[in-house]
Amino acid sequence: MIPIAKKIRVLIAKPGLDGHDRGAKVVARALRDAGMEVIYTGLRQTPEDIVEAAIQEDVDAIGLSCLSGAHMTLFPEVVKLLKKRKSGDILVAGGGIIPEEDVPKLKKAGIKVVFGPGTPLRDIVAFFETAGKGA
Amino acid sequence: MREAVPARKGAARDSVSGLVDDLLAGDKRAAAKLISLIEDDEAEATDALARIFPHTGRAHVVGFTGPPGVGKSSLINRLVRRYRSRDRKVGVVAVDPTSPYTGGAVLGDRIRMADTGVDPGVFIRSMATRGHAGGLALATFDAVRVLDALGMDIVFVETVGAGQSEVEIATRAHTTVVVEMPMTGDAVQTMKAGILEIGDVYVVNKSDLGSEDVLVANLKFQLTARDGWTPPVIRTAATEGRGIDELADALDRHTAYLDQTGLRAKREVARARLEILENAQRLLSRRVANRSRLGRAFDALAEDVAARRLDPHAAARKLLWPTRPREK
Repeated sequence: MIPIAKKIRVLIAKPGLDGHDRGAKVVARALRDAGMEVIYTGLRQTPEDIVEAAIQEDVDAIGLSCLSGAHMTLFPEVVKLLKKRKSGDILVAGGGIIPEEDVPKLKKAGIKVVFGPGTPLRDIVAFFETAGKGA
Repeated sequence: MREAVPARKGAARDSVSGLVDDLLAGDKRAAAKLISLIEDDEAEATDALARIFPHTGRAHVVGFTGPPGVGKSSLINRLVRRYRSRDRKVGVVAVDPTSPYTGGAVLGDRIRMADTGVDPGVFIRSMATRGHAGGLALATFDAVRVLDALGMDIVFVETVGAGQSEVEIATRAHTTVVVEMPMTGDAVQTMKAGILEIGDVYVVNKSDLGSEDVLVANLKFQLTARDGWTPPVIRTAATEGRGIDELADALDRHTAYLDQTGLRAKREVARARLEILENAQRLLSRRVANRSRLGRAFDALAEDVAARRLDPHAAARKLLWPTRPREK
């Protein structure tokens, strides 16, 4: 039996209209296997939905997955709404098909890290472990 | 007393009393933070719960149990929308299992409840069992209290997909709903003791799959009146929204029955007894684990039992009544 202990809580979310969530599910599974509590909210979520869920679930971090090309609109919107709701301490990571040249712009907009295709799962796990420890 | 909470996150530092004030003012973020404090078993949680308690007791608590994949989350989603259309505020606590190997969990009940989105009158919290047996997490009903104090009129509690003996929910909820689906077993399955005895309302979901008549008949055959209430059997198809009005009516009828017969007050006392005992057990476990006088006495008794100088029953009595070892 695993005793009660503080757990890292992560929301994995799919903003926007693309219906491909294999990647999000693989990441959710990897974080689960690393001992975290992962809330997966399913497809086609608005930034408002995602921020509301993150607040109610009191997560340490959010992982956004987007393969549709709408990341430049959707990812910064999530960060903006979090700040508006006094929850700017929740870290936001992005993943999906994201062109190299967009990465610095996303980081400037408050996305902590961007994981492109081929990122080893251990790198993703390591990011959320650090996020959960309040670093 | 505005002590700082050692937050999980570097940035967020809220005092417990500040959080409780915000909660009572209807702030969802404060509710979420308080639930985390309770889940993580922080020292401040006891203080927070003590402050919250006087503001609870208003919400009607409905528990949902039944096998995995039977449609509990989808039914709750439909009911949330129905009660919202009548302007009732609705809370949900949905429990999913924690891995016994890694301590991790995937909490997926929210997917089925995505319809409610950003509705200010809805609060949904996913919760992992964190090793607690019985289909619930240890913190589940303290989280329900937080949602009660937040001003929710009705709180739905979804257990982990439960098998045959996860019956704890019935000792905690005002109304217990047992959800089943067709084609999952013969008449003997419905005669078995356990989960099929605890319902105040039974639901045969996925009735669109057909052959639901057999299950409805089998359930009705074994159901008997308890405390003067004969549990109804409701047919639903949650994804199509069929039977939801009938289910909500059944819940409302049971609520009225509890009030009219005084059964609610009786159940509250039964639940209070259980909670006092549970907390006493937890306190005792904690006290014998640390280096207090009681902890040392406990260690000495353990040595005595291991050396066959004392039997475990006598040791337990000695632990609780050191000066009167013969009592009870």
